[in-house]
Amino acid sequence: MSTRSIVPFGPQHPVLPEPVHLDLVLEDEMVVDAVPSIGYIHRGLEKLVDKRDFKQYVYIAERVCGICSCGHGLGYCQAVEQVMGIEVPDRARYLRTIWMEMSRVHSHLLWLGLLADAMGFESLFMESWRLREKILDLFDETTGGRIIHSVNQVGGVQKDMDQGMLDDILRVTRDLEKDMKPVIDTFLQDYTVQSRLKGVGVLSKEDAIGLGAVGPMLRASGVSYDARLLGYAAYGELSVEPVLSTEGDSYGRCAVRLQEILQSFALIREAIGKIPAGPVSAPVKGNPDGEYFFRIEQPRGEAIYYVKCNGTKNLERFRLRTPTTSNIPPMVQLLKGSQLADVPLLILTIDPCVSCTER
Amino acid sequence: MDNRSEIRKITMAEFFSAVVHMKTEGWRLAQICANSVPQGYEMSYSFCKGYQMVTLRLEVGPDEEVASITQIYPCAFLQENEAKELFGVQITKIQPDYRDKLYRIEESTPFRKKE
Amino acid sequence: MNKVSKSPWLLHYDASSCNGCDIEVLDCLTPKYDIERFGIINTGDPFQADILLITGGVNSQTAPVVKQIYSQMAEPKVVVAVGICACTGGVFKECYNIKGGIDTVIPVDVYVPGCAARPESIIDGVVRALQVLDDKQAALKNKER
Repeated sequence: MSTRSIVPFGPQHPVLPEPVHLDLVLEDEMVVDAVPSIGYIHRGLEKLVDKRDFKQYVYIAERVCGICSCGHGLGYCQAVEQVMGIEVPDRARYLRTIWMEMSRVHSHLLWLGLLADAMGFESLFMESWRLREKILDLFDETTGGRIIHSVNQVGGVQKDMDQGMLDDILRVTRDLEKDMKPVIDTFLQDYTVQSRLKGVGVLSKEDAIGLGAVGPMLRASGVSYDARLLGYAAYGELSVEPVLSTEGDSYGRCAVRLQEILQSFALIREAIGKIPAGPVSAPVKGNPDGEYFFRIEQPRGEAIYYVKCNGTKNLERFRLRTPTTSNIPPMVQLLKGSQLADVPLLILTIDPCVSCTER
Repeated sequence: MDNRSEIRKITMAEFFSAVVHMKTEGWRLAQICANSVPQGYEMSYSFCKGYQMVTLRLEVGPDEEVASITQIYPCAFLQENEAKELFGVQITKIQPDYRDKLYRIEESTPFRKKE
Repeated sequence: MNKVSKSPWLLHYDASSCNGCDIEVLDCLTPKYDIERFGIINTGDPFQADILLITGGVNSQTAPVVKQIYSQMAEPKVVVAVGICACTGGVFKECYNIKGGIDTVIPVDVYVPGCAARPESIIDGVVRALQVLDDKQAALKNKER
């Protein structure tokens, strides 16, 4: 006869630097139920639209999250541009794409490091983060910021890249691709890694759709959906192919993210090859009026930006549905029936971003 | 493929059957958004299927009750609890209902009043 | 005890930050910046920590957690507020759920500015904190005498 016990997990816990709390109902070592409670970093950013005008709010949108910062700025600007009917210059669209893909690489490398750390594979953690620094250096060179860049603005981007910067990006990503090879091999072939990931936390295709999973979580379960194919920024002119895996387990999710890093390198090269010359921002006149739901593909999955404007300089409502909000219900599903020792790892495989979720 | 956002207005009487219809057709719940408007609330439920997105727009009176869709889409619980706590929308029978203790903030329903 | 103060253990807590500063704090531990070379270790245990690094402004939910972590740390202890949000509330200052900087809840010894704070300035802040730690240690010794 097994006894039930409830183990609290968090808010200060070993997986992430961010606070999140779960009540795990255990039967011996097996998790039978998990109740998430969030809200430790709820700030109330969506309400700040009352105090900042729609151009200033870009800076707030970027600070929803320090990891997905580039995408939040982009998504917000594009939603407002749709409402106002602004035609963004071609060069700006390509620059946005390049920065967005660089931010995907840095976010995935960060996740890989945390995953290695959760498995206790310290050297792999350090190696992933060492490689990530090179992308941050590129951000530093091209935008002036390491993680919060403030390059997007309504109507385009604030900074242009010169040829030297583009060449640097090409050179660094080529080197990185070489350096990534042993890291990828370790993640996919190492015995220790496989024993922790294979068959752990399987999410079926039906569950992934039914529970509303997004991003690598959805694609690892074999569903072909990548919001980049909607063709925002310059993605419509580049060759984007969703990276899929059919296993649906933690190993599949890891493999999808590794493959996406390589895909991002290819997209960056393609974008740099095609980038046209010209201005990087269009003039913005008047105030927005109307509403729009805009979807973009963040490193963690599809994010939805909703803006409702009423013709004044302040938006009436801004809503951001972040990827992690959608991925928490599938995560709870994964936790049910798992071993207690696998809990940190399973929480990590959804790539949770708590400050995004709670805003 | 374009990034269109189609918004369909529905009434309270049609609401539940419309959501059930979405579920049987295999749509994925994308997001739930609440908004305060002078005549009460505006609830937007967005669904995705493939690359299509449709938003169902429901107008709710200030004291009118809305049934939770967690029976149909269990993953709606976080966003419904959020709408209930931050806006004060009367959503009933959410599974699980956090009873306004999701964010545990000091101010009650901060989004309701306009400044 | 003099030796111990030179290799302090850090405790990091995210009061309600955007994750930017937290990632930069973690970044300090990794090969490029590597604060472990100063004998500094990041611990998860408040009872063993000497320096508390806090990021983000305080909200009503994290305020009791911050107070509890602070009270669990043994004397002498130093608090470093990392990033502009932890110093004053930053861009989130006017949000309905932000109380302001960390110093509205617990005493802060070192303020590290920046949005997000760069690893160089975080390391600088920790080195300043070492000095404060030494001073506090000396003050404690004098009191004992």
